[in-house]
Amino acid sequence: MGEQLSKAFLVLDDGTIFEGESWACEGETFGEAVFSTGMTGYQETLTDPSYHKQVVVMTAPHIGNTGMNTTDEESKKIWVSGFVVRNPSPVVSNWRSERTLEDDLKSNGVVGIRGVDTRAITRHLRDLGAMRVGIFSNSGLTREEMVIKVRKTPAMTGAFLSDDVSTDNTYVVPAIGEKKFTVVALDMGIKGATPRAMSQRGIEVHVVPSRTTFEQIVALNPDGVFLSNGPGDPATMTEMILLVRKILSARIPLFGICFGHQIMGRALGFETYKLPFGHRGINQPVKNLKSGRIEITAHNHGFAVAAPVEVNFNTIYGAGFVSHLCLNDGVVEGLELLEAPAFSVQYHPEAAAGPHDASYLFDKFLDLMKDAKVANA
Amino acid sequence: MPKDSSIESVLVIGSGPIVIGQACEFDYSGTQACRVLRSEGIRVILINSNPATIMTDPEFADATYIEPITPEIIEQIIIKEKPTAILATLGGQTALNAAMQLYERGSLERLGVKLIGADIPAIKRGEDRETFKEIVEKIGGSSAKSVICHTMAECIAGAEFLNYPVVVRPSFTMGGLGSGIAYNQSDIELIAGAGLRHSPTTEVLLEESIIGWKEFELEVMRDHKDNVVIVCSIENIDPMGVHTGDSITVAPALTLTDVEYQKLRNLSIDIIREVGVATGGCNIQFAINPSDGRIIVIEMNPRVSRSSALASKATGFPIAKIATKLAIGYTLDEIQNDITKVTPASFEPTLDYIVVKVPRFAFEKFPEADTRLTTTMKSVGEAMAIGRSFAEALQKALRSVEKKGTSFHWNTRGVTKEYLLAAMAIPTEHRLQQVQLALYLGATIEEVYAATKVDTWFLSQIVEINSIAKQITQSTDLSEELLRLAKSNGFSDSQIADLTGKSLAEISAIRTRIGLRPVYKTVDTCAAEFEAHTPYYYSSYDLESEVIPRTKPAVIILGSGPNRIGQGVEFDYSCVHAAFALKAAGFETIMINCNPETVSTDYDTSDRLYFEPLTLEDVLEVIYAEEQAGPVVGVVAQLGGQTPLGLARGLQDAGVKILGTSPDAIDLAEDRGQFGELLRVNSLDAPTFGMADTFEEALKIAHEITYPVLVRPSFVLGGRGMEIVYDDESLADFIKKATEITPNHPVLIDKFLDDAVEIDVDALFDGEELYLAGVMEHIEEAGVHSGDSACVLPSFSIGSALAREIRIATEKLARGIGVRGLINIQFAVVANATAQEKLYVLEANPRASRTVPFVSKATGNPLAKCAALIATGIKISELRAKNLLPKSGDGVANGISVKEAVLPWNRFRRNDGTGVDSILGPEMRSTGEVMGIAGTFGEAYAKSQTAAFGALPMAGSVFLSLSERDKKASLYPAQILSGLGFKLFTTQGTHDFLKQNGVDSELVRKHSQGRGPGGEFTAVDLITEGVVGLVINTPLGRGTRMDGWMIRTAAIQRGVPCITTIAGFKAAVAGISELQGKSFSIRSIQDWLAIVE
Repeated sequence: MGEQLSKAFLVLDDGTIFEGESWACEGETFGEAVFSTGMTGYQETLTDPSYHKQVVVMTAPHIGNTGMNTTDEESKKIWVSGFVVRNPSPVVSNWRSERTLEDDLKSNGVVGIRGVDTRAITRHLRDLGAMRVGIFSNSGLTREEMVIKVRKTPAMTGAFLSDDVSTDNTYVVPAIGEKKFTVVALDMGIKGATPRAMSQRGIEVHVVPSRTTFEQIVALNPDGVFLSNGPGDPATMTEMILLVRKILSARIPLFGICFGHQIMGRALGFETYKLPFGHRGINQPVKNLKSGRIEITAHNHGFAVAAPVEVNFNTIYGAGFVSHLCLNDGVVEGLELLEAPAFSVQYHPEAAAGPHDASYLFDKFLDLMKDAKVANA
Repeated sequence: MPKDSSIESVLVIGSGPIVIGQACEFDYSGTQACRVLRSEGIRVILINSNPATIMTDPEFADATYIEPITPEIIEQIIIKEKPTAILATLGGQTALNAAMQLYERGSLERLGVKLIGADIPAIKRGEDRETFKEIVEKIGGSSAKSVICHTMAECIAGAEFLNYPVVVRPSFTMGGLGSGIAYNQSDIELIAGAGLRHSPTTEVLLEESIIGWKEFELEVMRDHKDNVVIVCSIENIDPMGVHTGDSITVAPALTLTDVEYQKLRNLSIDIIREVGVATGGCNIQFAINPSDGRIIVIEMNPRVSRSSALASKATGFPIAKIATKLAIGYTLDEIQNDITKVTPASFEPTLDYIVVKVPRFAFEKFPEADTRLTTTMKSVGEAMAIGRSFAEALQKALRSVEKKGTSFHWNTRGVTKEYLLAAMAIPTEHRLQQVQLALYLGATIEEVYAATKVDTWFLSQIVEINSIAKQITQSTDLSEELLRLAKSNGFSDSQIADLTGKSLAEISAIRTRIGLRPVYKTVDTCAAEFEAHTPYYYSSYDLESEVIPRTKPAVIILGSGPNRIGQGVEFDYSCVHAAFALKAAGFETIMINCNPETVSTDYDTSDRLYFEPLTLEDVLEVIYAEEQAGPVVGVVAQLGGQTPLGLARGLQDAGVKILGTSPDAIDLAEDRGQFGELLRVNSLDAPTFGMADTFEEALKIAHEITYPVLVRPSFVLGGRGMEIVYDDESLADFIKKATEITPNHPVLIDKFLDDAVEIDVDALFDGEELYLAGVMEHIEEAGVHSGDSACVLPSFSIGSALAREIRIATEKLARGIGVRGLINIQFAVVANATAQEKLYVLEANPRASRTVPFVSKATGNPLAKCAALIATGIKISELRAKNLLPKSGDGVANGISVKEAVLPWNRFRRNDGTGVDSILGPEMRSTGEVMGIAGTFGEAYAKSQTAAFGALPMAGSVFLSLSERDKKASLYPAQILSGLGFKLFTTQGTHDFLKQNGVDSELVRKHSQGRGPGGEFTAVDLITEGVVGLVINTPLGRGTRMDGWMIRTAAIQRGVPCITTIAGFKAAVAGISELQGKSFSIRSIQDWLAIVE
């Protein structure tokens, strides 16, 4: 044990304080406290834009063992606003590793805390719900001052964060092999794995800024439109919801993931609501209500769509149904329209990190575009 | 879809005796299976030859057959019980092989019974290496390059094609039996030769060497709707080259990125689908090249395995229980997760802690054996520990092994970095300790990695442990911060005491003063995402404790720790019974144990489970935590064998109430002086003995009490280092060895009662009344350790006068010692010249013995339950009133039950690759036991032999080679054998003796004489060529004489039953004459017990 570690504090909205040691950058950081239960995939988690403005508590105690590498990045930077780990690795051991976790956190300016009872924090969040949090190291503030500072930060409910994470300029991910389709992906915080999964299936993906207009999209003459994952409260996405309604009306095949699913839900007329502590992990059982099969899936969502599960529902785009359900708590995990070419899932078929059980959904999107092409021909 | 209602009754096949590679994990899985099936209203029929199991308790099945697991007997059971289905995937390789045999004989089709779980094609696809390789290729995975061979010539050619070294793996064997690594042609001849013999299909696979690659296992489950989940990933700290059962392993995998882990996950799912395991669990092993990530699929087990038990305990996901539910038609989403109560079983457990498993070895019992770890499993047990960090879990696991030298120490006297770096290149049970000390002595991670290929991440963790140790040695005052750091990295108080030079008491006093105690966290399958309803706890030096308050008074039961020779499943059996009985009596039951293979560490067994090392410090901390949670009545220490017994004194000194027999009473029985006085006062005899400090003194004592004498170092238990000595020369030999191992310790010399009959007694005593549960007679003479000796209940040669004498002696000893619960006494009976029988007391153990389950099964009385209740103050008269014991009188066995020990000779080899000698002696070496029950002794004995070693021959040839002193006694059984039509082969001396007495036999050459001029066989050839079906070879003393040793090892290698005692010979002949021309009769335990009523 070389360097002496300085004290750091994890301070929750409700006044609970956990004491640990500072790690990565020193300083102050704020966000929504959430826990993630994945035992692998910390790099993918850190670089997933959906974690923007969140302080992530890893329930797995040892983090950083396999270092960081360029190929596993989900985006160009680390998005979490704070990182809470019990035992960061002192070394890196993996043939693909290029850098250490701590170095990457430092170069991305992420304030971390180590040596805290992450299970106690997780139980606290599970029982009381996700809440605002701050990490303080070397702040010189009293406990009361820290709590007050945390309480002054904005909450996740009502947060509009798309502009923070969306690409400024359109970029194209070319199809691998023969190009079959063109898809416009609306970037509200897209993960690299999603265009990758599509390009592997012969789709050319145009990743466009979230403020792209319907006309701009149509100008690209896409076979389908994809709504990405991303951070924030779906209720704040008024313009995006209007855009999605236009796409639905135009019967352009549509596929949404996570935040994109919540937006599709709202576009269909459903409400979204905040879950008490969200789903964040890579072991979540989801039942495909059509096939009866169970998929083990990657989740990262704090909000969910309120839709009727027992019966088909009617929308202005025709009938639809809840296609997937989380077996742990009955949360709606998928929506599908019967009379319009559109479906969405709350979880992550692109995985990264997580199981690949739901990758068939990309094939389904492909089929949807195929059918639309045949119908239009 | 819910339960398949067409399944009305299921035959569950158990795994038979505990052997290396197949231990009590299958009692755990089988017990779960029986419980699930019965709770679903399905009639359960069970076959298992192992009486020491919970699953063979009469209340766990509707019809329990404690019979040899052979296709013939299973067929008889099917005909009688007409089960709808057979479940063979929870009884290890034994059950799977039995299912295969039934299929091959056409029994399944003929008798109209189906297999559930995995079907025959799936078993074949998973187990047949060639087919499996094709499957791996088909799904896009890769296997190690390999060649399948059926003859030695093919093996030699194959190895040349692959380049040495090559890995040899026989097909259809478990625990890597017969496998090994060959570096040259003579290795191939030896290893592949054995492999061809061990494989039931005479098939071995030669494989390119991937020694040093990273090794992983995934536990997979599938339901009939094709839903698949991964229950657990396990990473081996010991890389490829050491059998996974012998490796230190960790869960979850810690050195894979998500990308790599998902590749393993995808491969696993594709494999279970392609192999077609319809429902249930399987485990798949992978190797990963550490330099480029190339993945090789090693093998799969299409059944519940040892790793499944580990994974179940490591995650809280009960694989066997769920596999059983899936087998009868449920799907994963229809099964509730027991721990959360709200979420389904169709998920993948996630861990917020680290689990480490450390194997326990028994090389000290086999001094001849090669101690290198290879791909043949050699460990006899394992301990698991859970911590919030790898360091914490690792250090807890190492001390859970309970073996001197296993916990890390920092005493570098006498070792150098260079020596350790050289030593660790060859994997042995000491490798991790060598690694740790070398790193402490300044070896770099790179140097250690080069020597061992242990992943640098694990090495870095050990470096951190060492650095804390160094800080402690360098600190003048142990700061609170440093102490906290050490504790959270798994240091025990005793390690800290050694490092600081302070006493253990001082360290624990400091901790108590500053309030530094562990907290207890819950194993909950979900990393706290959902609330846990099952109090399955582990300790950690962390912030928040999760122990829930309670109002019911609690009894804490101490388990027996890792299995070892001398302390196996029998003790777990007793602990589990205590939990059941005390729960029924209204107590909150709390189990502390660290053995992942057991039923006691099933979270369903007790109200609360603490998965903790059984050391005084760890146990006292649990007691403290539970005392904070509610009233604690006391601790039961007499049921888990020597481990908890050894803790009793320390616990009492710390103010803990020991229930039942007190620590003083335990000490009295163990102290030779006090115990001798007790015998004297009660006019009981023991063999004369003396203690010697020097060889001269030893010689004098030996001459006084006359040879033969039993000698042993004074401080050991369980027969360690004991020998029978017949003359001055071997006494001198022994003293030389003994003083080497125990400097300044005297040697104990007992008169050895030659030709005595040994008697084992199990009894209950409540302070007033004695209940004599069973009087067992050993089949082997005194001198063979009671754990290795076959025994029979009821005894057949004890007359009523002697029986009375035994009862009186037992009561005197129980009363004199102060027993409250179980006592086991060993007596020897010597018939002297005047035909007067004389009774000697050999030893008394005031605790549950190894024979408790056997006696309980044979008599139908739950002894361990009774003992636990007596410990809480209940009287035997009350137990009689509750029908736990007979209304009056002592234990009565209906039928004749024979217990036989199973020995692991075929697992061990000497450094030159030849087998170790298989002579029984005063040192226990058996790993498990079987029971044969029948109406006659002959049939019961024959059943026990069949269950333990394979069927006795009913015709053909027998080889006899007898020591001089055994010749006379062997005449009668030899005459009978000859009369039954057996051809006898004999060596010169035996030949001459039999001839003089009118018995014909064919003379064979000794091994040392070599083959005759016309190619005449030697004795060894007779065995290896399969000419004889039974070998009788009685050696004199323990000195390995070349010929006898070659004969016995050849028999072991060839799988020919080999009997080494004259009593065993007599019993075998009785069995053969009883059975010739007819098959075994079968009867369920429930039917046997009904006769007693």
